[in-house]
Amino acid sequence: MAAERLAVNKTYKLYLNGGFPRSESGRSYEITGPDGFLANAVRASRKDVRDAVTAARAASSKWAGLTAYNRGQILYRVAEMMEARSAELVDEVSRAEGIEEAGRQVDEAIDSWVWYAGWTDKIAQVMGSLNPVAGPYFNLTAPEPIGVAGIIAPGESSLAGVVARLAPALCAGNAVVVLASESHPLPAIALSECFATADVPPGVVNVLTGHRDELAPVLAAHLDVDALDVTGVGEEKLGEIEEAAAGNVKRVIRAGPGRSPYEVTAFMEMKTVWHPKGA
Amino acid sequence: MPRWDYAPAPEATDIVTVKDTYGLFIGGEEVEPLSGDYFKTINPATEEVLAAIPEAGLEDIEAAVAAARKAAGTWAAIAPADRAKYLFRIARAMQERQRELAVLETMNGGKPIKESRDIDVPLAAAHFFYYAGWADKLEFAFPGRNAEPLGVCAQVIPWNFPLLMLAWKIAPALATGNTVVLKPAETTPLTALLFAQICHQAGLPAGVVNIVTGAGETGAALVNHPGVDKVAFTGSTEVGKQIQRSLAGSGKHLSLELGGKAANIVFADAPLDQAVEGIVNGIFFNQGHVCCAGSRLLLQESIATRVVSKLKRRLSTLRLGDPLDKNTDIGAINSRAQLDKIKELVGVGVDEGAELYQAPCELPEHGFWFPPTVFTGVSQSHRIAQEEIFGPVLSVLTFRTEDEAVEKANNTPYGLSAGVWTDKGSRILWMADRLKAGVVWANTFNRFDPASPFGGFKESGFGREGGRHGLEPYVRLT
Repeated sequence: MAAERLAVNKTYKLYLNGGFPRSESGRSYEITGPDGFLANAVRASRKDVRDAVTAARAASSKWAGLTAYNRGQILYRVAEMMEARSAELVDEVSRAEGIEEAGRQVDEAIDSWVWYAGWTDKIAQVMGSLNPVAGPYFNLTAPEPIGVAGIIAPGESSLAGVVARLAPALCAGNAVVVLASESHPLPAIALSECFATADVPPGVVNVLTGHRDELAPVLAAHLDVDALDVTGVGEEKLGEIEEAAAGNVKRVIRAGPGRSPYEVTAFMEMKTVWHPKGA
Repeated sequence: MPRWDYAPAPEATDIVTVKDTYGLFIGGEEVEPLSGDYFKTINPATEEVLAAIPEAGLEDIEAAVAAARKAAGTWAAIAPADRAKYLFRIARAMQERQRELAVLETMNGGKPIKESRDIDVPLAAAHFFYYAGWADKLEFAFPGRNAEPLGVCAQVIPWNFPLLMLAWKIAPALATGNTVVLKPAETTPLTALLFAQICHQAGLPAGVVNIVTGAGETGAALVNHPGVDKVAFTGSTEVGKQIQRSLAGSGKHLSLELGGKAANIVFADAPLDQAVEGIVNGIFFNQGHVCCAGSRLLLQESIATRVVSKLKRRLSTLRLGDPLDKNTDIGAINSRAQLDKIKELVGVGVDEGAELYQAPCELPEHGFWFPPTVFTGVSQSHRIAQEEIFGPVLSVLTFRTEDEAVEKANNTPYGLSAGVWTDKGSRILWMADRLKAGVVWANTFNRFDPASPFGGFKESGFGREGGRHGLEPYVRLT
């Protein structure tokens, strides 16, 4: 009788500029779940953060320049890819967090993509305005992407937590650099594999794993990052991170209650355009 | 060109009563400062002392924040329709006292009376009128969410549009149910103190609006006071960054409206005479003391020589002098410190090799003055193409293609405003999409309206003032 087949384990790497490299530093750190060893995750370096920002900046104008309809379809495809891999994602979340209701977290994450995918071509209608100024001028205000956003993902809720911040940022048309949960980074990397197969252009999403204390200050201080989501930053580190963000007047963003278009506009700039009216 | 002279047409100042000494406005009363300190405020056009103004200290800030806190609960709880009525009353009182406000603004700040009379004061009143109407309609401004007030707002404003910036700050804050402690700039406190009287006349409940005067230290004490829930600041990017740093980790809400170095871009097909008017308005309006001033002129190469020569001719017709004269185009520089800064950067421009042109005009003997100035032959690396001068100084650069214009326009850490002049509609929209600026003026410049959101990209700050969007920095959505 043949021996039981030996499983092929996955190597978890970074998601950077559309590829899955290891850290330029060659470092890793051990990830454990309630049942012990899970994997050696990449311990990204400060240089990896800078490379990820470079990739995001290079990708940002293309992503922002797609039609809203096109961006919506790509985000919807992320949901499709996740649905197809939902068994794997449930497994990832439950191994990482040791929870029974991993299925609910995966469902919530998938539904978030569907919800925000539908907002891409509505956000300007609902959140923009035609302004009745007191003079012969056409005047409108419309939201547009900020550019490059850094997201420090929540430590817990390893999949739905990161999706709750990532989906509005991408819906807004930004390119992003995500620092995944330090202790549960593997579901975020599994999520990256969905981006890679969903026609999300390379560099639009970059996911780094590693030590928060080492990476978050670099991301917060980086002068080519326009906005920083600090939802995942603990109370004790918030002062340091927000202070670093002030160097280039970053927009500092925190999650509001639940899904809403306000989560999207938090990642956007309002632009007002004037033009005279006349024959 | 014939030279036309204008007879003097000074606005009378007898409508204004300036007291020798002012108090702080705290809890609905004019009170002497606990600090016991005063400073002099002057007329920058004459250097004549106008009044002694309190320099609020820590104890005064404590008292003002406490008064705002005490009023916050009731103000948030009154019927929204009544909040609206108070704001309408304030708007009306400002209209009733418009002449007084305009003269005082010009005396204390040095801006031409025709600007304070036709722009600053009417827009300030309109701002209150606009936000008054929002006070009882907030459920329609934020569909799907409840908009709740943040509490006590610390607001620090600059000297370039003293009353208008006060209106931009106070009107949306009050409409959304917040109370405020506002600090006007140290060189221009008088219209804010007159506004305190207007609040009194309007019967505004005590403590809803508090006004503390002083310089940078007073401002720092106010924004860092632990009893403050929200900080709104308009001023330099340097101070804005300091405030953002000092608030880090505090949980206070923040909105910033900071500096700018706007590009005003003129294409060859633009109506050039109109464009020249727009260029002049863009940089010489309010002596260039405007954060969104069109301080970098980008001319398409083929028309550069023609536009510069038209511009120089137009500059020679600008009338510089007594700000109270109704014919004056260019008033006084707001302070000696600002004049020194302008002179320093203009010196740097000359040293770096740009070509200086200054309109031939006589500068009055007393007061702070600087002639309208244009630099040609400026390159992007010059400090006068990078740094905000905040004075009547224009730097001229050239470009050939749309792409180059966008590249140069966006090549600054700022992103407050931009101008585009062209007859081609599709090019306007193409440019407007690509310019990294919160406000884009196409075939016009320096237009403002209470219904029109204003604010910056990048290091020009965040948050919008004006329009429905201007409510958002003052509410918590639940």
